[in-house]
Amino acid sequence: MESNTQKLIHSFGALADLGQEVADTGDFMEMVRTSLHLLLGTLAIRRGAIIECPTHHLPEDKSTNLLAVWGVGDDYQPQFDVEDADREVFLNAPDGALDILGLVQSPTSNLQHEVSTGSGSDRVEETSRTTPESSPIFFHRYATDLQQQGIELIVPMVVRGELTGLVLLGGKASGDAFTADDLEVIKSMVRHIGVGIHTHRLLGEVKQQVVENRRLYEDLRAIYRDTVRAFAAAIDIKDKYTQGHSERVGKYSEIIARELGFGEEEIEGMAIAGYLHDVGKLVVERDIINAPYRIDAKQSSELNRHPVAGFEILSPIHHPYADIPLMAKYHHERMDGRGYPDGLTDEQIPLGAKIVTLADSFDAMTTNRPYKTRRTFDEVIIDLRLNTGSQFDPVVVVAFCRALMKELNGEIKERRFAKMLGKNYLEASKDIPLLTQLLAELDPNTKTVAAGG
Amino acid sequence: MADFKSNVRSHTVGTTAVVYASDYLNKLTGERIERECKKQLDSGARALVIDFSDTELVNSIGISILLGIIDIAEKSGALVVFSDVNNETVQLFEMLGLTRHVVLAKDEEEALTTLSSSSKAMGH
Repeated sequence: MESNTQKLIHSFGALADLGQEVADTGDFMEMVRTSLHLLLGTLAIRRGAIIECPTHHLPEDKSTNLLAVWGVGDDYQPQFDVEDADREVFLNAPDGALDILGLVQSPTSNLQHEVSTGSGSDRVEETSRTTPESSPIFFHRYATDLQQQGIELIVPMVVRGELTGLVLLGGKASGDAFTADDLEVIKSMVRHIGVGIHTHRLLGEVKQQVVENRRLYEDLRAIYRDTVRAFAAAIDIKDKYTQGHSERVGKYSEIIARELGFGEEEIEGMAIAGYLHDVGKLVVERDIINAPYRIDAKQSSELNRHPVAGFEILSPIHHPYADIPLMAKYHHERMDGRGYPDGLTDEQIPLGAKIVTLADSFDAMTTNRPYKTRRTFDEVIIDLRLNTGSQFDPVVVVAFCRALMKELNGEIKERRFAKMLGKNYLEASKDIPLLTQLLAELDPNTKTVAAGG
Repeated sequence: MADFKSNVRSHTVGTTAVVYASDYLNKLTGERIERECKKQLDSGARALVIDFSDTELVNSIGISILLGIIDIAEKSGALVVFSDVNNETVQLFEMLGLTRHVVLAKDEEEALTTLSSSSKAMGH
């Protein structure tokens, strides 16, 4: 086979392999190492290295990063500083390559000779620009060192007008100078490698951006949660008898949602809904909220405005969770349609609002109010039994009772209820049978839960 | 003695290590051969015979790795002989200039004879 044909076939084979390598986004370092082998093996170049240049957007970072090296001493780890002036020289490299020998020894190197004889005088003019005077920093610093390592050629990797990296190449095994054809093959392969590195860099930036965005989002959510809690505290301060009420309703709502198998985001949303359910009370007169007696019908009507007021306050806010305003609006609705503000029934009421309703009522029953002391747990169970189906959704009551049961029978170690109710309020030996019975009435399948304790 | 630990067949004859290349010399097999050659040189081999009798094809990566082996051998002062290389691969090695750094032999026997004569000529 004619030598030139064989050379072409060999080069095409290498280019095809390189295309596959570059497209493979699996192991980046392996891709670069293989690419270097392919490049070196195509022209039987004895040594070489692929070096990544820092991005231009980071002017303080000038140091290059060695990605792959082959054939130079084991202890040689080329690292350079690329100044802006160097970058310009590399970006405008004549024929896409810079000849170290020419820079260190004489203005007419082997490469320049081959290129000039092969492609005309204009190329001679271009190569004549690669003098130490035109690239003072990089070449004065490193050219001698590179030459000592057997590096003869520097090929800049330029992708979309940016200097992505440098490919350092030693001489050919044949001992011949690089020809213009060789340079074309090298430039083509280096472009491929450059695209691979650039793509990897872009993917890295995108991944980093995703991580950063997630972090910012988490920060924003934390700020939102803190703000909501502060808001809840402000709501509760207005009502001197129910301090901590909003926070407790948030926590009860969270417990119920978890028991119902909600996702983490929905659970968080339920906690927020609990914290904010009474936000409408901010527009109700303090005297009505703090009345140390049963309020009259007019005052009651005024107080009953708070779900709609809450909805109006919360609606313009873009909450990271769904239906927060609706849960505030409907937390006094009842299954039987006798609630307010809209007299909705059963399925018309969002599940979230039903959860907040129970959480709100449970806290109201288990905290002291100006006009009544809190109920005992037995009394709460009686209330739940009486009002499940009419006021409370059985599904929600069952979930609530199961969660409570899990704490009482030790299935869940965290004392979530005890922290809010006080450690002497619940008494496992007495309360477990009560809950077991209620659960059996509401949902026969829950017997096993009770027995598990 | 044959050594199959690195999946690369090899044996030694005096201070010469004979390493057998596989059917397709690419990165995976090339790196195994390189490791084996390094190991043999570190163990005191003064010459390497790389036998290509099973090798159908050598790609660019294979060339690069072979150049690396030649480099290491030269640094160790060891001679390298490629034996039983098929015609197509010989043409490739010649075209790329590898034959300037290695001796080609018809087969392993000829390679060992060549090395023996050159060793005598050098007074080893």
